[in-house]
Amino acid sequence: MLSGLSIVLASLAYLGLLFAIAHFGDRRADQGRSIIDNAYVYGLSLAVYCTAWTYFGSVGRAASSGISFLPVYLGPTLGMALAWLILLKMVRISKAYRITSIADFIASRYGKSHVLGGLVSVIALIGTVPYIALQLKAVSSGIDLLVPADDALAHVANGGGWFDTTLLIALALAAFTILFGTRHLDAAERHEGMVAAIAFESLVKLGGFLAIGIYVTYFLYDGVGDIFRRAAEDPALRRLFTLAHGNGAYGNWFTLTVLSMFSVFLLPRQFQVAVVENVNEHHIRRAIWVFPAYLLLINLFVVPIALGGLMHFGVGGVDPDTFVLTLPLSHDHQALALLVFIGGLSAATGMVIVETIAVSTMVCNDLVMPLVLRIGGLGLARERDLTGLLLTIRRGAILLILLLGYVYYQVAGEAYALVGIGLISFAAVAQFAPALLGAMYWRGGTHLGALWGLSAGFLVWGYTLLLPSFAKSGWLDASLLTEGPWGIGWLRPEHLFGMTGLDNLSHALFWSLFANCGAFLAGSAFRPPNAVEAGQATMFVDVARRTAGVGTSFWRGTGQVRDLVTLVGRFLGPQRAEDAFLRYARLRGWNNLDEMEADPSVVQFAEIQLAGAIGSASARAMVASTVKEEVIGIDEVMEILDEASQVRAYSHQLEEKSRALEAATAELRAANERMKELDRLKDDFMSSVSHELRTPLTSIRAFSEMLCEDPKIDLEDRKRFLGIIVSETVRLTRLVNQVLDMAKIESGHVEWQNAEVDLREVVTQAVDSVSQMLKDRGQEVRVQFPEIVPLLWADRDRLVQVVLNLLSNGSKFAPKEAGVLEVRMTADGERVRVDVKDNGPGIAAAEQGLIFEKFRQGGDIRDKPQGTGLGLPISRQIVEHFGGRLWVTSEVGAGATFSFELPVGWRDDATAGDNQT
Amino acid sequence: MQKGLSGQRLVTLFLAGMVLFNFPLLSLFDRSAPDIGGVPMLYVYVFLVWTMLVGGMALIIEGGGRS
Repeated sequence: MLSGLSIVLASLAYLGLLFAIAHFGDRRADQGRSIIDNAYVYGLSLAVYCTAWTYFGSVGRAASSGISFLPVYLGPTLGMALAWLILLKMVRISKAYRITSIADFIASRYGKSHVLGGLVSVIALIGTVPYIALQLKAVSSGIDLLVPADDALAHVANGGGWFDTTLLIALALAAFTILFGTRHLDAAERHEGMVAAIAFESLVKLGGFLAIGIYVTYFLYDGVGDIFRRAAEDPALRRLFTLAHGNGAYGNWFTLTVLSMFSVFLLPRQFQVAVVENVNEHHIRRAIWVFPAYLLLINLFVVPIALGGLMHFGVGGVDPDTFVLTLPLSHDHQALALLVFIGGLSAATGMVIVETIAVSTMVCNDLVMPLVLRIGGLGLARERDLTGLLLTIRRGAILLILLLGYVYYQVAGEAYALVGIGLISFAAVAQFAPALLGAMYWRGGTHLGALWGLSAGFLVWGYTLLLPSFAKSGWLDASLLTEGPWGIGWLRPEHLFGMTGLDNLSHALFWSLFANCGAFLAGSAFRPPNAVEAGQATMFVDVARRTAGVGTSFWRGTGQVRDLVTLVGRFLGPQRAEDAFLRYARLRGWNNLDEMEADPSVVQFAEIQLAGAIGSASARAMVASTVKEEVIGIDEVMEILDEASQVRAYSHQLEEKSRALEAATAELRAANERMKELDRLKDDFMSSVSHELRTPLTSIRAFSEMLCEDPKIDLEDRKRFLGIIVSETVRLTRLVNQVLDMAKIESGHVEWQNAEVDLREVVTQAVDSVSQMLKDRGQEVRVQFPEIVPLLWADRDRLVQVVLNLLSNGSKFAPKEAGVLEVRMTADGERVRVDVKDNGPGIAAAEQGLIFEKFRQGGDIRDKPQGTGLGLPISRQIVEHFGGRLWVTSEVGAGATFSFELPVGWRDDATAGDNQT
Repeated sequence: MQKGLSGQRLVTLFLAGMVLFNFPLLSLFDRSAPDIGGVPMLYVYVFLVWTMLVGGMALIIEGGGRS
């Protein structure tokens, strides 16, 4: 057996180690080399969630109802999945406005109200003190188990007097918390040493619990499967394998999941480590999986230990809450028992330390300071340096909370009110959920709504959960539960309005949140928000989009900078206040404090500095007492908000417009280029046309003049001249027609008579109409069709014009008498292609592009063939209109092949048959 | 920080967890037999889903950060 002395010494040595770690952490923080600036440390510090209630109590609950304790850890796992949305926003808001507690968070959002902060603090205090008592009880009963009854120290350890080891531990914890929690007044209220110690404690408790879990599972038994197989033989234990052995097991499971999901953000200690002590918001990312992984690990062996203990001691033999200690003790493994006890000690102390700091901050900033400032007439308000007073209040609060916890532990003892406090406490902080979530995501919530909601929720919680726990402890008449107060049945606390079918926790949570949310909404709808509420609402909800500077415009104060520095100095210490202001002044571009103007943003800066130390409501009151505050009405605030959003909207519109303008400019430039190009083309075209017109006109005129001037020309010559004149006129007409045609196509004024066309008919018609001309020249035409040609949707006459043009071109260049034109058609599913091949001189590669330009003709300049030079361009335009293309392949001396192909599916439905305008 | 996609994935994981860990899906596995290596079905299911959730979160956070 361990001697009592060795256990006390081990406990004190462990606490000493914590002091050392915390001291090291603080020293490193002062040197600027933080050891907690690490995502894993942050994740581990979140594990302060696991208290002695987890460490000892989980096994106890598992022994009585199997796996039903697990939602307490599944909830946080799920909650952490949303941490990136919720926690990140909480951290940003708190950092931006120097918020140091959950009470301050809610008070600051709903109009910087003393009343609201005080209410939240009271709820937190009432929910917390019994919880702290539970931790002390766990430590004390652990010591009771370890210390043999005949030890010299035993009568001191569990003598029941007012001085015992539990008190000693409570006082040691108070000392630790005071030392590392109130070392100095920090505007950010961060305690690096404390966080380092807490992270270390998380490791120790995980190690202790895994050690006992592995010992029970693999040394006492033969693995997890073995424990379950043996337990399965006992029907009483087999009952624990499933969930639905009681009524409403699933309902309770769901309630617990939701409740613990809230708790992981709302418990004062969780808010402290997750939000206030957060060094870097990026740490939240990794903590999202590190913390749930921790929870998973620490729960792995809970059920095996519970089953192992039940099988070893028999059901009802030993309190299952103590299995983790009694199992190794009964096998005479004292060292392991001590290790497990240290693990439990760290679970308890970690919770106590952080919770006490968190609640003492609330008590100081939201309960005591407002009172102190209100009775400022006592001369306190004129005191130059109030930092000492502040620290004293905090230290007093810490001591008071721990002593309250100790007294509650002594009074309550084994009572239900203590044992069941874990979940009762969870349900108490769940009352913060509507106001807190509303604070971040809903602009409409007002001070009145939050006050009504919190009060209603708190009252219903007290009536349906706290009161019954007192009754079950025997402090109140048990008939309260069975018959209701004054015998009124429908007021029974656990069956309000006769509601049945829910377990007492779900029942209480439903009614309290129902009342809470209802009153919150009703209160918020009761009257419109005032100026401060509207301003704070925007600053909280839009925290990501707003810089601290924008908020300044919501309340206007002017005053002397020196006054502000003195004011902040009274709470933070004159030197630190001076430094803070100087840093801020440099940031804003002033060299020293005297140059500084006390504009609204400086006033705001002072207020935020103060908020870190004394809470936002008190800070507001203090600043307002120093500077002249212009009263801003709600209309003005709304105007400022509107202006800000309008400015944003305008600048957005402006950006849009300038982008649109740039695009339009580019378009215009391109259009201008095209216009110039077209203009040049038009000039070219005009000069070409006039040139082409002049040639036939010249010859017509020449021959007409000859006929006119010389009447003696013989008949033969006359006939010849008149023939020339006629043919030149024909040529002129054709030219004019083609120019008109071209112009029509280019301007899109052609009427396309589209119909289904068989291209074979088109080619046949064209070949027929030139066959006589070819025969006259002694040329031959060969036509080759495929068997199946799909129908096209096109203008038949226009296609005839194209083929005709290609044929007459070929005929012009093919040699007379020996000329051969080959027309070949091919078709696949998608396209029909026509090749017209001649055996003329061919076209040089350089000329192949040119011949499709207007008035360009192939061949030698010397023997310029008859033609207008418009045929090919027109043909190309037509083919392209039907979605096809026209091109030439040729080699000099090997003839030329003009080809065009048309797509089968082309159908210009929108314009087919219409005038294209 | 890639808030958008990772955030969406985490919310999806949250919703999946809410459904998997509660009635009625939970009742499908709420039986002691068949067991897996002696461990009751319910225990295997809850811890398996839990492990997968934590693994999923780790994957989203640590994997998403690099890409």
